[in-house]
Amino acid sequence: MNDISLLQHYWWFLVSLLGALLVFLMFVQGGQSLIWTLGRTEEQRRMLLLATGRKWELTFTTLVTFGGAFFASFPLFYSTSFGGAYWVWVLILLCFVLQAVSYEFQLKRGNLLGTTTYRIFLMLNGILGPLLIGTAVGTFFTGAEFVVDKSAVTSASMPVISHWANSLHGLEAAFVPQNLLLGISVLLLTRVLACLYFINSIGDSALQLTCRRRLAIESAFFLLFFLTWLVRWLCAYGYAWQPADGSIYMEEYKYLHNLLAMPAVLALLSVGVVLVLCGMVTGLRGWHRAIWPAGIGSVFVVLALLLCAGWNHTAYYPSVVAPQCSLTIANSSSSLFTLRTMTYVSFIIPFVLAYIAWAWRALDRTPITPEEANEKH
Amino acid sequence: MNTIDTSLVDWSRAQFALTAMYHWLFVPLTLGLGIVMAIMESIYVRTGREFWKQTARFWMKLFGINFAMGVATGIILEFEFGTNWSNYSWFVGDIFGAPLAIEGILAFFMESTFIAVMYFGWNKVSKRAHLAATWLTIIGATLSAWWILVANAWMQHPVGMEFNPDTVRNEMVDFTAVAFSPVAVVKFCHTVSSSWVLGAVFVVGVSCWYLLRGKHTEFAHASIKVAAWFGLAAALITAHTGHQSGRDIALFQPMKLAAAEGLYNGGTGRGLVLGGILRPDADWTSTAANEESKFLFHIECPYALSLLATHKADGYVPGIRNLQEGGYPLPDGAIALSAEEKMARGRLAIAALADYRKATDEASKAAALATLRENFDYFGYGYLKSPAELVPNVPLTFYSFRIMVVLGGYFIVLFAGLLILGKKVAKKQLLLWGVVLSVPLAWMASQAGWVVAEVGRQPWAIQGLLPNVAAISRLETSSVQTTFFIFLVLFTLLLLAELRIMGKAIAAGPETHTPNA
Repeated sequence: MNDISLLQHYWWFLVSLLGALLVFLMFVQGGQSLIWTLGRTEEQRRMLLLATGRKWELTFTTLVTFGGAFFASFPLFYSTSFGGAYWVWVLILLCFVLQAVSYEFQLKRGNLLGTTTYRIFLMLNGILGPLLIGTAVGTFFTGAEFVVDKSAVTSASMPVISHWANSLHGLEAAFVPQNLLLGISVLLLTRVLACLYFINSIGDSALQLTCRRRLAIESAFFLLFFLTWLVRWLCAYGYAWQPADGSIYMEEYKYLHNLLAMPAVLALLSVGVVLVLCGMVTGLRGWHRAIWPAGIGSVFVVLALLLCAGWNHTAYYPSVVAPQCSLTIANSSSSLFTLRTMTYVSFIIPFVLAYIAWAWRALDRTPITPEEANEKH
Repeated sequence: MNTIDTSLVDWSRAQFALTAMYHWLFVPLTLGLGIVMAIMESIYVRTGREFWKQTARFWMKLFGINFAMGVATGIILEFEFGTNWSNYSWFVGDIFGAPLAIEGILAFFMESTFIAVMYFGWNKVSKRAHLAATWLTIIGATLSAWWILVANAWMQHPVGMEFNPDTVRNEMVDFTAVAFSPVAVVKFCHTVSSSWVLGAVFVVGVSCWYLLRGKHTEFAHASIKVAAWFGLAAALITAHTGHQSGRDIALFQPMKLAAAEGLYNGGTGRGLVLGGILRPDADWTSTAANEESKFLFHIECPYALSLLATHKADGYVPGIRNLQEGGYPLPDGAIALSAEEKMARGRLAIAALADYRKATDEASKAAALATLRENFDYFGYGYLKSPAELVPNVPLTFYSFRIMVVLGGYFIVLFAGLLILGKKVAKKQLLLWGVVLSVPLAWMASQAGWVVAEVGRQPWAIQGLLPNVAAISRLETSSVQTTFFIFLVLFTLLLLAELRIMGKAIAAGPETHTPNA
């Protein structure tokens, strides 16, 4: 591998890792979607919101950094997808805007819209955020309707290099069953993780029992949807590219081939699936710390899936209307200089993870009690 | 859609301006108030006095209410570079994306991790660890400002990059030049120090409100003392960096300077307009010989503009007409091209790029590349239809500049006055009202500053390189119109909610006792 190819792979790994961490941290969204399902009393709802309220900023920041890292390392994706699948991204952003203010405003005096409205906002974000993000990520495998023509820059009348081939601007992804299956799977996974997180961080036995009961239902549905998606994914055609000339072609069982060609990624996926299952089972049996195997497992699974989307000469953002316009890590990345510069910056990530771990431990060392939930913050 | 609809450009600009202006209602208060509350908590840790803990916690409560809205509007702003300015994202994403990613890794995580400790960690970590979390939250917020202002400064004065005709984009070749360009350093210092001024004005304004009501007087006096010293220092830094910023504009964005000064006909030994009213019917875009004053009246300080812009009393400052007509001497001794000449060379550069991409043999490629390189400095001009497009909205820039400068001077006097009066201020009802009513003026100055910076550089998304018309996403205008109104309604509603919550929190005042303290 020459220098730029190595760095393209490295940055696809980092972007995938951020995406995987985002899916784990979306237990915050999963928890929001369960406010009324799990919280039977106002006190319980306050505990649930306090538990996720300490973490929403991390999820939010991971999303923003995911966007920033994608922009810096693969600007053609940022330009093509955000400018084309306009409505999907705008809806995702709106969900996150509502979330940001709702945690802070919901219990404040004079909040204009009332506590219930802000909690409905949180629930909307909890359902639509993971569903839309999952559906949008689904297009990494099923493709999207865009055209890229860099020579358009030389046109005085229409110098825009990329455009979307339909007027739905990304909403059409929701009509592709495979995308929808992934969206629903992500939503259900966030709800599973939320139940496990609540069991770990809230010291209220009644609420823990409710969470365990809910965990059984969410886990069953998650497995049903995710395994259906996984089987279809393994059997699907994928978009591959020729290293010699960059041309795109369809390949049967592309993602299965990717897993077989990259044993480390296959191992990552397998270990991840086992860890998620372990988390579910041990959580159901009452182990308080089951969020950790399930959380780490979900990071592994999502990371493995995203690596399969971009590595091994795979087009990570295929165009279904103009396949030769499909985006690969080779044709959409930043320059060697920028990738190298950004790589030096990325060496700070372990330090960032270390202080996040310290803060997480400091705040979650003792479980949340009803008294704490009723304190003013 | 085979041609760009100009209304799409206008609506895309309107949406970005809306988001940016709402975002900038919250960010300066975060940056300014953050430092004030961190100073107060530092005093608490040093002295152990419970009073300072309660004081810091009160300002922290207001900080939190405001912070959420800043975060909410900020995420939209970042992603709008992709959703509404997709061509821009490709054309300069290789350079512009890096500061955004570094902002996320270095600053956002610091901010978001430690703000949770700051709010929820009072009884969970030691006093010193909590103080560190408070400082790290505000350092994270300030670092975030650094990187986004680096990105903005680069758009005002693009450096450290080279155009690559094979990838059809600009690529970074010197990270240090981008991250530490003198324009970025000055912009950061000016913007952050002006945010500190806003935070300080907010603190003294709320404190004076308590003095007017005769409530929380010890708290109010203590807060005024801390904020007034901090605000005075910040206001003086703002004035100094404002001067440096003006010099940068004179060098790199002379049209912005001309618009901010209402300078149609330039020349040597030009005076600085201290105040005045522009003629409503003035035609700023015409290049027909026109010596008629564009002012209904104005007061001018002789030679001051030349002195400030060139550091010479008889220095040459070009006006709007000169910038369009060219022919005046540049600082390096060369003669300036006219707008028409720049546009012609820009069209040559674009045509050369097209030839380069079509060329099948090396000789044709080399010839096209040579033409492209020779004319690339004017590449962006090739997308313009007429020299008139180069003139920004003069009245808006002119008046905004004056609002910013006058209010900046006023805040220096305000803070100095509060420090001189000390506790005697409580007896001066009129002055107390004046300080309370100054709070919205701080926001007005802050917004006016951004209007000068952003409206003044139109029509450029990136100065001289990419005009807005070539930077947008190819969307239906109706889509952008719809999202514009969605954001308008949502942000306005949430702003009203925030103001109401702030009002209630201020009315409730600081707590005098906290359990588990």
